[in-house]
Amino acid sequence: MSTVDIRAVVQEELGNIAPEMDVGAIDPSADLREALDIDSMDFLNFVTAIHRRLGVDVPEIDYPKLATLDGAVAYLETRLP
Amino acid sequence: MPSLGADMEAGTLVEWLIKAGDPVKRGDIVAVVETQKGAIEIETFETGTVERILVEIGAKVPVGTPLAIIQTQRGKEGVAPPPPAAKPPPPLKAPAAGPPPVAAKNGRVARGARISPAARRLAEQHGIDILTITGTGADNTILLNDVERRIAELKAQAPRAPGFDLAAMREAIAAAMARSKREIPHYYLAHEIEMSACEDWLTRRNAERPPEERLLLGALLVKAVALAAQKFPAFNGFYHDGKFEAASSVHIGTAIAIRGGGLIAPAIHDADRLSLDDLMMKMRELVERVRAGRIRGSEIADPTITVSSLGERGVETLYGIIYLPQVAIVGFGKVATRPWVEGGTVLARPIVNATLAADHRVSDGHAGALFLTEIGKLLQEPETL
Repeated sequence: MSTVDIRAVVQEELGNIAPEMDVGAIDPSADLREALDIDSMDFLNFVTAIHRRLGVDVPEIDYPKLATLDGAVAYLETRLP
Repeated sequence: MPSLGADMEAGTLVEWLIKAGDPVKRGDIVAVVETQKGAIEIETFETGTVERILVEIGAKVPVGTPLAIIQTQRGKEGVAPPPPAAKPPPPLKAPAAGPPPVAAKNGRVARGARISPAARRLAEQHGIDILTITGTGADNTILLNDVERRIAELKAQAPRAPGFDLAAMREAIAAAMARSKREIPHYYLAHEIEMSACEDWLTRRNAERPPEERLLLGALLVKAVALAAQKFPAFNGFYHDGKFEAASSVHIGTAIAIRGGGLIAPAIHDADRLSLDDLMMKMRELVERVRAGRIRGSEIADPTITVSSLGERGVETLYGIIYLPQVAIVGFGKVATRPWVEGGTVLARPIVNATLAADHRVSDGHAGALFLTEIGKLLQEPETL
């Protein structure tokens, strides 16, 4: 799976959590929780969706690595099964 | 039409999920009703067969109006048969949803309308009151195409898709909170709770589980409040007509913020008896349904105490306003690392501020302090929650 594809999946799942936001327009280096106003439940749902879609089980200890869109894509690239 | 809160007077029927002849059982979702709080799924409290739909799609009816007739098994229910329909058949009847309603005020059905059998069948299938159909046959008899025309009309004027009307919700919140502040003599208490036991336990537990099985701190907070509420009944129940009635179950209203503004606090039923895993599953499911704008009537109607938690991006302290007719609301701020003195030493520890707003007509600060302290104690032993 290419970087482009990973980014598309991440954006799609963030869009499912914050449907009224234009996920494509957010700053890729901004803090996602701030930019999309998501709470811990939303973030858990995001991580659950990533597990389902990409097969990557992100442990809690790695949550900070998913803080930004760019960070999430870079992290997931290294962890793809 | 069930009452979905003290402030609700009427609701609009927006969707029927049953039709005449369908079997239903207690707990089935039978209809969707649009209220100020958004679209609410209505469950039936009866098991039986749907005999007739009484309220058509698009109609706004007052609380207490029978929505449909369900024929229950003879003698099974002790429910007095409400007499909404014209003919008095022998089996017991019960309303499809909500509390036993007052007798229907429409003598309209008795008047009767001429209708062809095929037209009647179609009207019943669509839950349309035949008295709202204009007949074009001889003697104004309603024919099949009259029913079809009415169905098309109703479809055209059907309300928007279920979801939350945020302006209406703001009005509902304003009315409920203003009334609460006017009527309830609130008192407020706050208590700092040291959270390292909970955090360590959660970290260990979640490390071995995939995301779909992980717990959030919120589940521990709700469970601790539920257990404490069971032990301190003066904070769990309803104040009605000048007196307090303790509830026999603990249904925790869980405040959930709605994206774009607004707030709703549907109940997690019997939260004191759920395992943490089940409680977490219910919370996830509830948040999912709130986000999708689908809440069930029973969840709105019967929380016995409310928990509001600001989460990790909030501030440290929340002072709640009690949701009538409840008598208490417990608030949690975000967990923050703060100096904590233990054995004469200052340590950096995760601390959460728990607050209680309670009704002084029912309890005093002394009892409130014991209740909050109990919550704090329970959170020191997360493995027993």
